[in-house]
Amino acid sequence: MNWQAVKAIYYFEMARFFRTLLQSFLSPVLSTSLYFVVFGAAIGSRMQEVDGVPYGAFIVPGLIMLSVMTQATSNASFGIYFPKFIGTIYELLSAPVNFLEIVIGYVGAAATKALFIGVVILITAALFVDLTIQAPLAMLAFLVLTCLSFALMGFIIGIWAGNFEQLQLVPLLVVTPLVFLGGSFYSISMLPPVWQAISYFNPVVYLISGFRWAFFGIADVPIGLGLLAITTFTAACIGAIWWIFRTGWRIRQ
Amino acid sequence: MNTIVDIQNLRKIYDGGPLGTFEALKGADLQIKEGEILALLGPNGAGKTTLISTVCGITRATSGKITVGGHDVVSEFRAARRMIGLVPQEITLEPFEKVMRTVRFSRGLFGLPKNDAFVEDVLRKLSLYDKKDNKIMELSGGMKRRVLIAKALAHEPRVLFLDEPSAGVDVELRKGMWDVVRSLRDQGVTIILTTHYIEEAEQMADRVAVISKGQILLVEDKDALMARMSQKELTIELAEPLNAIPDALCAYGLELGRDGTTLRYSYDGKAERKGIRRLLNELDSAGIAMRDLKTQQTNLEEIFVGLVKDDNP
Ligand SMILES: Nc1ncnc2c1ncn2[C@@H]1O[C@H](COP(=O)(O)OP(=O)(O)O)[C@@H](O)[C@H]1O
Ligand SMILES: [Mg+2]
Repeated sequence: MNWQAVKAIYYFEMARFFRTLLQSFLSPVLSTSLYFVVFGAAIGSRMQEVDGVPYGAFIVPGLIMLSVMTQATSNASFGIYFPKFIGTIYELLSAPVNFLEIVIGYVGAAATKALFIGVVILITAALFVDLTIQAPLAMLAFLVLTCLSFALMGFIIGIWAGNFEQLQLVPLLVVTPLVFLGGSFYSISMLPPVWQAISYFNPVVYLISGFRWAFFGIADVPIGLGLLAITTFTAACIGAIWWIFRTGWRIRQ
Repeated sequence: MNTIVDIQNLRKIYDGGPLGTFEALKGADLQIKEGEILALLGPNGAGKTTLISTVCGITRATSGKITVGGHDVVSEFRAARRMIGLVPQEITLEPFEKVMRTVRFSRGLFGLPKNDAFVEDVLRKLSLYDKKDNKIMELSGGMKRRVLIAKALAHEPRVLFLDEPSAGVDVELRKGMWDVVRSLRDQGVTIILTTHYIEEAEQMADRVAVISKGQILLVEDKDALMARMSQKELTIELAEPLNAIPDALCAYGLELGRDGTTLRYSYDGKAERKGIRRLLNELDSAGIAMRDLKTQQTNLEEIFVGLVKDDNP
């Protein structure tokens, strides 16, 4: 392994993040606060508890997941699309690095940024509602795995995308709806039976449910299924990326 | 001298999408010697960039074999690529990055530990040191090209590829760049530069390879090529046809042509000083009257154009 290269890519990508640190920090704080003003205070006070958890607290895991998934996807897709777009990818292709090193560097950086934002949201949320985390280690595991797997998916999108519209297409048309419909702001059990059944085909349901379980000990689906879902998803993404670099698809003619 | 880059029977077919496929390299062979400056000379679209990109790993060969320092560029890509620095034809740099950070990144990417003293030294040699904390977008075109060179040198390559390095670089800068290239060669770095300017190949190279339509047409020592190039020919039109060249003039190696109405004299245009005048004097004393004189030069351009034309019926 060329760890120097991994380090170089990781730091270079993180530097981009630190240049806009204030913005990276303020925007999740602001949007989380807005969610709590709207959902927590205005609507939440009229909502019943969900499975014994006050609504304001109930939405926190979903809120974190929503941001983390979209951030990890867009960071990673942009991270690899940008060098492709301006041509600096030539250096990556001519360097003594294999696909694993490139992926660890780019995906690692994108996942770190998403993790940072997730933690900022968690802390902000804790200022608005009482939060208890029943299984902190499981919570962290779910959070980190989600950052990684969505960053991996973003990386694939970045390589696939031929222009900026396509770059935003998948996050907009696939990730956001799946997350919103994945039980971020409600429990699947609140849905009519038909929609419940459909929801079980949404992979995000398993992640959010598992993540929420780590907080409150309540879950829509068994926790093991959640872990299985995310591990499978991660493995599928790594497999796809391995294939991309082996065949040179969209990167090496 | 050892061969450091060995390219054998290299073919590259691009899947051109809607335009169909295009064969950019048609079995190119090229052996580059360690420590030399080789100019890869060819018109636009000849396949120079494709050749370099395939050696460096940016494109995949359709068939053929390439080794760098004895390492196969596919199966031993790490060892091969560690030896190579590439300065691409297009200026491709991240506009918001600072010079120092960009160059440092290149070093790390090639697996070398951080060494800012070395990187700063490279920048100094390329007269970029006082710009090291500037953003790329604040630099001129020539400076950007030198940043690309600095990036390629940051990992101490043994082989340096410069793809059309003088494109968009003014004369003053070009001179500075050539000084850097020569000093690298003096340190034992092998340099391959592509160009479609013959003068550039003449000024810089130890050897010249001519490429056209995906094939290497000729590889020759520049001096030998120059000697061929500096061959001049003097054609003398005679007032009266001659049957034979007089014995007194046989030392000049003259050729009689066009039914004895012309004499052709070949000479080295660089070395020649008094030969022509002596020849003319001797013609005069032999009583041979002439009507007209004409000199002709075959230069690299003509050799080059001739080669390219032969290849293009
Ligand atoms: N990505 C590509 N797809 C299809 N054809 C290409 C591609 N890149 C180069 N070519 C074609 O291959 C030929 C050689 O190109 P190139 O190697 O860039 O030439 P040079 O560098 O000598 O000007 C040209 O005819 C060019 O149009
Ligand atoms: Mg070119």
